[in-house]
Amino acid sequence: MHELPQQLVNGLLLGSMYGLVAIGYTMVYGIVQLINFAHGEIFMTGGFGALTVWLMLPGGTTMWVALPLMLIGAIIVATLIAVGAERFAYRPLRSAPRLAPLITAIGLSIVLQQAVWAWYPDAKSSVVFPEIPGGPFHIGSITIQTGDVFLLLAAPVSMAFLGFFVKKTRTGRGMQATAQDPDTAKLMGINTDRIITVAFALGATFAAVGAVAYGLKYGEVNYRMGFILGLKAFTAAVLGGIGNIYGAMIGGIVLGLAETLTTAYIADVPGMSQLGGQSWGNTWAFVLLILVLLFRPQGLLGERVADRA
Amino acid sequence: MTALLEVEDLRVAYGKIEAVKGISFTVQQGEIVTLIGTNGAGKTTTLRTLSGLIKPRGGQIKFEGKSLKKVQAHDIVALGLAHSPEGRHIFPRMTIEDNLLLGAYLKNDKVGIQQDIDRAYELFPILGERRKQAAGTLSGGEQQMLAMGRALMCRPKLLMLDEPSMGLSPLMMQKIMATIAELKAAGTTILLVEQNAQAALSLADQGHVMEIGKIVLSGPGRELLVNEDVRKAYLGED
Repeated sequence: MHELPQQLVNGLLLGSMYGLVAIGYTMVYGIVQLINFAHGEIFMTGGFGALTVWLMLPGGTTMWVALPLMLIGAIIVATLIAVGAERFAYRPLRSAPRLAPLITAIGLSIVLQQAVWAWYPDAKSSVVFPEIPGGPFHIGSITIQTGDVFLLLAAPVSMAFLGFFVKKTRTGRGMQATAQDPDTAKLMGINTDRIITVAFALGATFAAVGAVAYGLKYGEVNYRMGFILGLKAFTAAVLGGIGNIYGAMIGGIVLGLAETLTTAYIADVPGMSQLGGQSWGNTWAFVLLILVLLFRPQGLLGERVADRA
Repeated sequence: MTALLEVEDLRVAYGKIEAVKGISFTVQQGEIVTLIGTNGAGKTTTLRTLSGLIKPRGGQIKFEGKSLKKVQAHDIVALGLAHSPEGRHIFPRMTIEDNLLLGAYLKNDKVGIQQDIDRAYELFPILGERRKQAAGTLSGGEQQMLAMGRALMCRPKLLMLDEPSMGLSPLMMQKIMATIAELKAAGTTILLVEQNAQAALSLADQGHVMEIGKIVLSGPGRELLVNEDVRKAYLGED
């Protein structure tokens, strides 16, 4: 088990990114019982939003100035698309059978991917994302890449903000009430349509933070980046117990750790030498999902089984 | 003087099945009006329509002279119509205090909200003792208290209570009914839906007996209480 601390940190970082995106799946599901399969693409548009801001800034702008602006750009783009999707694609189907919005979500995800592919300049393949200069940083035997420093800060800050928002603000209480019992929430005077919009907007905001983290981590964004990552984040949400915002983060971290550790070490297990390495990482992530669903179908922190599509 | 609430020829349907078939009644300021009747008479449907959760198929609902037909549920609360639903529907995973705060969702004055919370705890001391506990841990009667306290948090002009005595022990039921009398004495206007006709009619200024979607009998509570048909059908006497 050489380099175990390093692998744990890598897993934690990867998992925090999954967790940031997973929050959007879990919040929307918790409130409207919709698996928003377009959420991965909302994450992707956030990445392109940040990139666009970078390209618009005058040459020579330092990252310390650019990064906050890019983050704001990412959040604005992702939020507008998510709120627009809710308003024009999902809301008209609110009382339709569950499959209708689900299929709409899959359709929307394809539309968003293809729209970026077709219309974003030079986005037919990966586009280079700016780097934070300096680093990497060494703490004992652990190396942290400069791009990951953003994630290291952004993930806990996002989580603390979300916890505060949901628990301590009036709108947050309204969200909890709407998730638990929408009709009774209306009887409290809660505009549940507005709460749903807020849930989509918040989910998109965290996805946008995740997208900037992705760009900095891998040094690129591309129109397909939301597909596998969205699937992983969805897995994280289910692992943690869909509908539970802390579960999303914990599910993400468990998934990130599992993926990193199996990639690094499973080949050392006798008889498994063929099954290690990067190309098997996804497989092990989903094996973990299957195992959790077999033995704890409500997820790690979930309270009840998802009963609708 | 116009009535606080005027319901005229109200019709409500689920698909093809008409649950409320043209009922009319009024609630005057300061009154307790009760709708009694058996399961399936359309009482709960009527309340859910008044608070905007269901849209009526026909008829008119006027609150302080304003039609509610096109107003959304959350805006109806803002007009001053509170609804404590059948089965209590407290938010089980939130604390008692958070439940009460949700009742004050539309209020902005912190001082006033705190006063209202204190008043709810005065009315139901057990809620104050358990303010930080999850509401789901309360007994049925305590949950009913919470549902009523929560409905009062929006300082309603009209309080609608749907079967507050359902599933309660006789002692707890007495306590709830005494509280309703107390609220009336304090000037609250109440529309009370009950299966427990005896208790409801003893409190009510006006009573209406509902049967399969229609009002079949109306009158002052005390008169209905001694009415022979009512005694036979709802008070278990032959």
